[in-house]
Amino acid sequence: MSPGAPRRTLPGLLRPRLRRVDLLVALLLAALGFGAAVQVRSTHQLSALGASRPEDLVRILDDLSGRDARLRAEVEQLTAARQRLADGDDEDAALQEARRRGQVLGVLAGTVPATGPGVLLQVEDPTRAVRAEVLLDALEELRAAGAEAVQLEGRGPGGAVVRVVASTWLLDEDDGVLVDGVLLRPPYAFTTLGDPGTLASALAIPGGVVDTVARVGGTATVRSSDALRVGALRPLDRPRYARPAPGG
Amino acid sequence: MIPALALVLGVVLGLVLEPTVPAPLQPYLPIAVVAALDAVFGAVRAQLDGIFDDRVFVVSFISNVLVAGLVVFLGDQLGVGGQLSTGVVVVLGIRIFSNAAAIRRHLFRA
Repeated sequence: MSPGAPRRTLPGLLRPRLRRVDLLVALLLAALGFGAAVQVRSTHQLSALGASRPEDLVRILDDLSGRDARLRAEVEQLTAARQRLADGDDEDAALQEARRRGQVLGVLAGTVPATGPGVLLQVEDPTRAVRAEVLLDALEELRAAGAEAVQLEGRGPGGAVVRVVASTWLLDEDDGVLVDGVLLRPPYAFTTLGDPGTLASALAIPGGVVDTVARVGGTATVRSSDALRVGALRPLDRPRYARPAPGG
Repeated sequence: MIPALALVLGVVLGLVLEPTVPAPLQPYLPIAVVAALDAVFGAVRAQLDGIFDDRVFVVSFISNVLVAGLVVFLGDQLGVGGQLSTGVVVVLGIRIFSNAAAIRRHLFRA
């Protein structure tokens, strides 16, 4: 760069000379090396936390506090969940409640037998004049009167019994009535569970079931009882399309 | 030769003695080190330029460290210590780079 050769070069800088100012230079450089080494070491040791400024430390502390609060809430949540799971009594209670509901729903759905007070409605039909619509009227009347479980029995030849549920259907046949695909031949017998007085009076009202059967040439007799048994069952059909809605 | 040996000796001492930096000095030590490095690079460049002077080096070294520390101290008092530290480091870094470039041109002619 410069036209004249430099008076001193790098080796010249490093050539040993000993004056007071040289000692001072050496001292300063030693201090520099010392400080740099100490700083590097402390940076690694303290992971920069010790050298941080107060405002940085406050921010770090804030972050840690927030994190601490979040983790604390999570711990509480998980502890409560564990407590619920570990609480055997609670689980048993839930199971019993589920069983109880299952029984109640089973009575309604016709999947479990049922006993209780009710009425026995017997329909004699020697002339085959009682058609499906008469039986359907009788069912509607019983339901309106609060019947909780009903089975319909055909006591004629090849007697069969059908549990009556929400989806039950009736169809006329030559020698009887087809109920849910089962042929019932007269006489017919409705075993109905419910309040005997209400059911009996509902069947006996003028123009009601008893009158109707008598008009077409049959006879209907109602007998109240304190202990009837609806033993006919129907298989539990799994719904093909409907699914329980969440949150129900 | 002696300054280089002294530098190495200081590094070794720092590593061996493992001193802890006093808390009040902790924000200033890194700045002081960078300022001293700037002085050293300037000295090497001056040596190569043939204008090196012992006294100038000693004075510039000490004043560099003091001014850098003072600026950071002032920044701390004014509540902008972090930003001023960054500023000092940037300025000194630029100087170190330009000095290093001059040294490179001297040594490699490029």
